[in-house]
This record gives sequence, structure tokens and C-alpha cells, in this order.
Amino acid sequence: MKNDPVDVLIIGAGASGAAVAWSLADTKMHILCLDQGGWMNPSEYPSTGRDWEAKFFGEWSSSPNIRRRPEDYPINDDNSPIKVVNYNAVGGSTVMYTAHWPRLHPSDFKVKTLDGVADDWPIDYDALTPFFEENDRMMGTSGLSGDPLSPLTHPPMPPQPLGLSSPIVAKAMNKLGWHWWPSDTTVATTDYEGRARCINLGHCTPACAQGAKSSTDITYWPHAIRAGVELKTHCRVREILTNEHGMASGVVYYDKDGVEQFQPAEVVIIACNGVGTPRLLLNSVSGKFPNGLANSSGLVGKNLMFHPYAQIYGYVKEPTDSNRAPPTCLWSKEWYDTDLSRGFVRGYGVQFVRGAGPVFEAVTSEQKGILPWGADHHRAFRKLNGHRIGFSAICEDLPEEHNRVTLDPVLKDGHGIPAPRIDYTISANSQKMMDHALARGREVLEVAGATDICTNAPIPWGGWHLLGTARMGTDPQRSVVNEWGRSHDVKNLFIVDGSIFVTSGGVNPTSTIQALALYIADQMKQRLANLFD
Amino acid sequence: MSDANELTSAQRADLRTIAAMIIPESDEYKVPGADDPAIQADMLATLGRDTALVGQALDHLAKLAGKPLAELDDARREAVAREFRTSGGAAAATLVRVVLQCYYRDDRVLRSLGLELRAPFPKGHVLEDGDWSLLDPVKARGGSLRRTP
Repeated sequence: MKNDPVDVLIIGAGASGAAVAWSLADTKMHILCLDQGGWMNPSEYPSTGRDWEAKFFGEWSSSPNIRRRPEDYPINDDNSPIKVVNYNAVGGSTVMYTAHWPRLHPSDFKVKTLDGVADDWPIDYDALTPFFEENDRMMGTSGLSGDPLSPLTHPPMPPQPLGLSSPIVAKAMNKLGWHWWPSDTTVATTDYEGRARCINLGHCTPACAQGAKSSTDITYWPHAIRAGVELKTHCRVREILTNEHGMASGVVYYDKDGVEQFQPAEVVIIACNGVGTPRLLLNSVSGKFPNGLANSSGLVGKNLMFHPYAQIYGYVKEPTDSNRAPPTCLWSKEWYDTDLSRGFVRGYGVQFVRGAGPVFEAVTSEQKGILPWGADHHRAFRKLNGHRIGFSAICEDLPEEHNRVTLDPVLKDGHGIPAPRIDYTISANSQKMMDHALARGREVLEVAGATDICTNAPIPWGGWHLLGTARMGTDPQRSVVNEWGRSHDVKNLFIVDGSIFVTSGGVNPTSTIQALALYIADQMKQRLANLFD
Repeated sequence: MSDANELTSAQRADLRTIAAMIIPESDEYKVPGADDPAIQADMLATLGRDTALVGQALDHLAKLAGKPLAELDDARREAVAREFRTSGGAAAATLVRVVLQCYYRDDRVLRSLGLELRAPFPKGHVLEDGDWSLLDPVKARGGSLRRTP
């Protein structure tokens, strides 16, 4: 079945797809977004039920392979120590994220120049600055301006309260003379743009029933739809088709009834994340593009970067916030920049974690062997529960071509579309970085008086940040898209998600992903008259 | 839930026995064990997608024990339980998680821990603002972003 053509077709309604849709809406072009997921219903979010923690292990798992909703696609990540986690719905993985909101640093865009590794980005931080600011207003951020070791931000809302956990960490960091600062987050600390303020429902990663945590289904999308953007849900795109001129002509997708459809479009924008985007491009094979679309460089799917997490946590005598607050509260940039005396290049950001709920505490502590079976179980649990503090290092992953996304020869999704396969190893540099982070984290925890210290390095189900698999650059032989997100090979095809990252920085990337999406939309608007030249 | 019916009566008996070994009743803390009938009923009623792995775990346990776990003497039962946890892999971990997640949502247990018997939403929680003067040393120390060309 053929639909009426649209001017712009966006694939994916998550972090970047929502931002680019909203920004382009003021062109008054006919814009259509297709998403494989549907609208979320906050009344069904885990925190509305007594079994809220148990749901994390099943239908609200962060892993699509465990969750297995019809909207999810399977991922073969057996050959990776870090498993992919995501969420597939309107809002994408902003529905299920920690709302931690650092930006990449200016130095992150110049790693080759500064440290002689990887490549510089074709744009710099200053090019993104206005879009970071615009995005912060749209998403609604809270925080405290003035961090001396982070890029200057202007959060429209005050920071989260320190609560019980943050002062414990802060005192230890102060004793050690190390940097910390209250995190910028996308958790509303006051009523904001129709969203109610945070009431501390607990760990907000698996969606916020209050709507205080910013996800694009409740931020960008209502604005974009009011401005005329059309959003079709439960539509899974199988492939992008091209015409005899090598231009994208539209997409083939399966609608909510599973019926194959063709949607013609003048411009196609991909916003499917660092795994979904290469999967789609590699599935879009034709005579003219036998190795997948936009892949003349051979780099589609390569250079996958995850951010290996080095997590260390322990238990203090004082009560902590447990599950009674958003999970992240402070960050540190003490080890963010390169110091070769540490034995590795580049660095890591740190996010401090407030605690855990009782079920999560019991399950993880039993697995770590610090919560015994038998008569001593009750005493041990009371010592642990409500006393955890944590330190998680987000280690900068450098691009390596052997870390990649390909198509699995066997595994397919519910529509029969080949699923992605991940091949990934942790580099020696990243391993040294994680070791360093664990050692520093142990110092912090011990100064804080913590005992029963446990580690996860990497966090196995920690593949939140999916980056680098369709990198941007000025050289068509060394990159997939140009410096404003357009495919080198297909002049009406754009990519706006984390796959275009050249390097990963050492922070959560969503803020930068969305700033990039807004920047690319702005570039498109400035070039509408000669967009395909 | 029909999934719960997939466990045989022998498997249910072993589940009850191993659950009590994980979390026994405590007079000191005035809490039931994980073999408590209400907690067991919760497990069976909500097993759902975990049924297959829990079933595998119980099969493994039965193989190690050679007969109903409850019929072993204490020393042998302890040895089997240790071997089960060591060699049981993901299936054993799932069984243990099911026991823990049902136990730590039981009203009597939560009350004993001083936790409220409610969903987080809509009441939420109150978070104290904390002492912001802790940030003074960080501000005093200052610093700057890495210089970038």
C-alpha cells in the first residue's frame, strides 16, 4: 500500500527524533514520524503498584531481551560483556533513563588534537551551545549553575535536595579534596511547563508516574504535534528505499496491524540510536547500495562505543535515601581530563547513587554473597537495607572498528526483520580506567565509613549509551554523515541520534544527542533552498 | 495464574523448603519465613515469565537432593543447598530472586523493616534539603575546564 508522500519522514520518536521533529515543525513542511512503539500510559508505570521493584526484573527490565514487549526487537549481544539496554516507545529511552544531564565538555570534541587518539569532531562545543540551552529549556532541567569543572549551564529549576545520601558522599569527597557538584538532571524540582514537580517516587529510571522526569513523550512531542507534526505509532520500519538517482525515496514499514506499507518522502531522518540506526541502514540493501545504505565508507555499524561503567558501592551506618529519591544526585569531574600519570588516556565522569529499594537490595546482595541464607539473613539485611551509597564511573570509550553492530544471520524480530548482533570488547585503556575508578571509589567509600564494598565493572546490563556507529566527519571515506548530519552517500538522508558521535566523552550523552539533533535541524532549515547540493 | 500450575506438587514442596532455608522465620524480628503460606501463594500466583527457569532450578535441586529436600537430614540439606546455589546458574538465581522479591513485599516483613505498606505513587516521599554549605570547599577550590584550541 502506498501512502501520500511527506516532505520529511523521521524514523524514531525518542530523544533525538522528538527534538528534530519539534525544531523542523516551524518550517510548516509535512512532517511524519514513525515509531515502532506506542504512547506510554503513566498510570501503568511501576511506581503505581506495590510490586514496583519486581517489575524491573520482567516487563520493566531495561533489557529488550528480557522485557520482550511486542514493541521491542531482540539483540544478540552474547559476544559483548556489556549488554544493550533501551526502551522502545514514544519517548524512546528517555522513558527509561536516570535523567542525569551532563554535557560533553569542549575538550571532548578535540581528542585527536589534545591527546592524539581517535578523531576530532567536525564541529566544536560552541556550535552546539545555543542548542544545549534550547534543549535544557524544552526538557526542563534542574541543577546549580557554576560548577567550575563542567560547561556552564543555566538550569531553569533549582537542584534536587541533597537528602540523606549526598551529604555522606560530599563530606568524604571534601576530606579527600576532590571535586563534586549537584548534578544537572531532567527531574523537575518545581512545576514546569505543565509537568508536576518531583515528589520522590523512588528510583525514576523505569518511567515516572508523576511526570516529573522529562521524557520526550511529555516534553517535545506535545509541542511538535500541536505544531502540525504527525506521529504514527506501532509502525516498524524495515528498510529505506532509494530511487534511480541514489536518493532516498521513502521507507517500507509494518503498520500496527502488521500490514506492509510504503511511505514516500522527500527527506528521511533516522533517529533510532546507535544500534537501531546501523541495523536499519544495513537492512536497506539494494543494487546501488549492496553493503547497506550510506555505507560507502564501510563504517556503518563500526566504532560502537558504550561507556563501560565501573560501579562500586558500600554500606554506611547512617540511613541513606534508599528508594525514596531520584537515583543520582551528585557528579564529579575530578578524573575527567587526561592525566597520563594515571596510566590511561582520556578519563571518566562519576555519578553518585543514593541507594536501593529493599527488593533490589536483597537480590543484589544475595548475588554478591553479603546477604546470607539462613538464620543470619535478617540481621544482615537490616544492616544493608537503607544504608547503601554508590559511585559509578562513566568511562570514555574510544572508537575501535572491531566493536560493531552487524546483522545477525539467524535472529529476527516479530516482523521477520534481521536483528542486530553486537561484537564488543573492552579495550586495555578502558580497563585501566575502570580499575582506576574502582580504586578512587573505594577511597571515597572507605572515608565515608562504608563496609561490605562490592563492585561491578563493567555493569553487565549497562549498555545505555549507544554511540559512534554512523560517525560524522568531513571525509566520506572515514565517516558516514557530514558535519551537519547528512549522509555523504545519500543527499536526502540524515542521521540525528547517538550513532553520529565521533567520540563518547565520559558523561551520559542524551543532552548532547538532543543538542546535536537541534543543531542538525537548524542546519537543515538554513539550507532548505539547497539541501541536496 | 495458570503459569503457577506448571510447577508440580513435588516442585512446590521443594520450593517451600528451599525458601525457608533462604529466609527462615525469626522470632527476634517477628517475621515469617519465606515458606509462609501467604508468601508462597504470592510466589506461585506471580511466577509468570519466571516459571520455566524456576522449574529448571527445581529440577536441578531435585537431582542434587535425590529425594524431597525436606526429607534430607540437616547437614545433607545444607550441602545440597550450597551446591544448588553454586552450580545452578541463571535458573537458581531466578528462583532465589523470586523468593526475595515476594518476601520483601509482604506486609509483615515491610512493617518489621519500618517501611510503609504502599506503592510509591501518588504520595511519594519527602527529601530533606541538606546542608548546602558542604559545597563551599568545592567552590573555594575552583578550577577550570581543560583548555581547548
